[in-house]
Amino acid sequence: MKTDELIRLLATGADAVDTHAAERRLAGAVGYGAVGALLLMFALLGVRADLAQAVSSPSFWLKTGFVAGVLAASTFAAWRLARPGARLAGVPAALAAPLAVIWAFAAYAVLGADPAQRADLVLGATWRWCPWLIALLSLPAFVAAMRAMQGLAPTRPRLAGAAAGLLAGATGALVYCLHCPESAPPFIGLWYVVGMLVPALAGAALGERLLRW
Amino acid sequence: MQRIERENPWRAREDRLRELLLAGLSGDSRRYQAFLEELSKHLRAFLRKRLPSLPDEVEDLVQEALLAIHNQRHTYDQRQPLSAWVHAIARYKLVDFLRRRAVHDLPNEALDAADEIFTTADADAAEARRDLHKLLDELPDRHRLPIIHTRLDGHSVEEAARLTGMSVSAVKIGVHRGLKALAEKIRGTR
Repeated sequence: MKTDELIRLLATGADAVDTHAAERRLAGAVGYGAVGALLLMFALLGVRADLAQAVSSPSFWLKTGFVAGVLAASTFAAWRLARPGARLAGVPAALAAPLAVIWAFAAYAVLGADPAQRADLVLGATWRWCPWLIALLSLPAFVAAMRAMQGLAPTRPRLAGAAAGLLAGATGALVYCLHCPESAPPFIGLWYVVGMLVPALAGAALGERLLRW
Repeated sequence: MQRIERENPWRAREDRLRELLLAGLSGDSRRYQAFLEELSKHLRAFLRKRLPSLPDEVEDLVQEALLAIHNQRHTYDQRQPLSAWVHAIARYKLVDFLRRRAVHDLPNEALDAADEIFTTADADAAEARRDLHKLLDELPDRHRLPIIHTRLDGHSVEEAARLTGMSVSAVKIGVHRGLKALAEKIRGTR
């Protein structure tokens, strides 16, 4: 086939396309992922018994705000990485901002605590399974985000996979906030981060294979 | 300052190409074709310069890049310079090609000048070595027939639907998915 013929083939009857496909697909991934995570949470874990009291405490909102910040930053990163030639300026700062806030609160809490209680602040009561539950709840969003990315055009598949994975991790963690009884910033700043990094690393590992086009 | 920059010949070319693409993205297939025709010359020059030792492969890669640009055209952000988007896709396809060919002497610096894509043009199309007709024939009917009827034989979507017994939306989806499948085939057959 000659190139001119290919061009006619591609152009003939080419319809209008949705130029906001990246936004729509990534928003859809967060939405489907959140619904999937909620279903998983209700089926397997349940909502924490004292949720009604918890929502009136600032520490609950610090935790939720931190996770929402990571979700916003990773969605921004994924959106940039989904488009060829998009600039990545601002992405590292966006990702660092929520971390800096939670780690500042964590440092303040640890330094202000009685040395004997510091380990409890960091380990809480649930550190053994918290990261794994976050990773588990992020599974629906992981599938949805990788599929969304496959419909776009990442030219850096490993980074794009990591961003999609982090987006999934933050979606899972946001839903996990409704179950998780922990609220100490040192705990959140460590184990939530580990939990969200699990799907991010999985995304980076799979990106090269799944996101080529 | 702005005005001086705008008078750059390649800047003007980029502006015109961008207008053609935007018209194409909103459904003007005639101007979209003009966009692809102009673009193919820039892609050819860009790729020919970077594949001096593989001149026979250039046209195949031009076609592959055109198909990629068509299939991912929904990822162009209007606020973004067109050269950056086109360059990133052309570069991605070139690197992918070189990796599949296991060519390791990659001229990295030469790949990284996005501005350069519209400074050179080459209308001298060589014969492609890979025949897309053959690859098209390998696609399943649900992809192949919609493409052949609407894109090569010039039927409307409705006519193609009648000819194939498919629904109108199945024909449209068939074309869309078929062109993606064609790109997959190209990657697989290298």
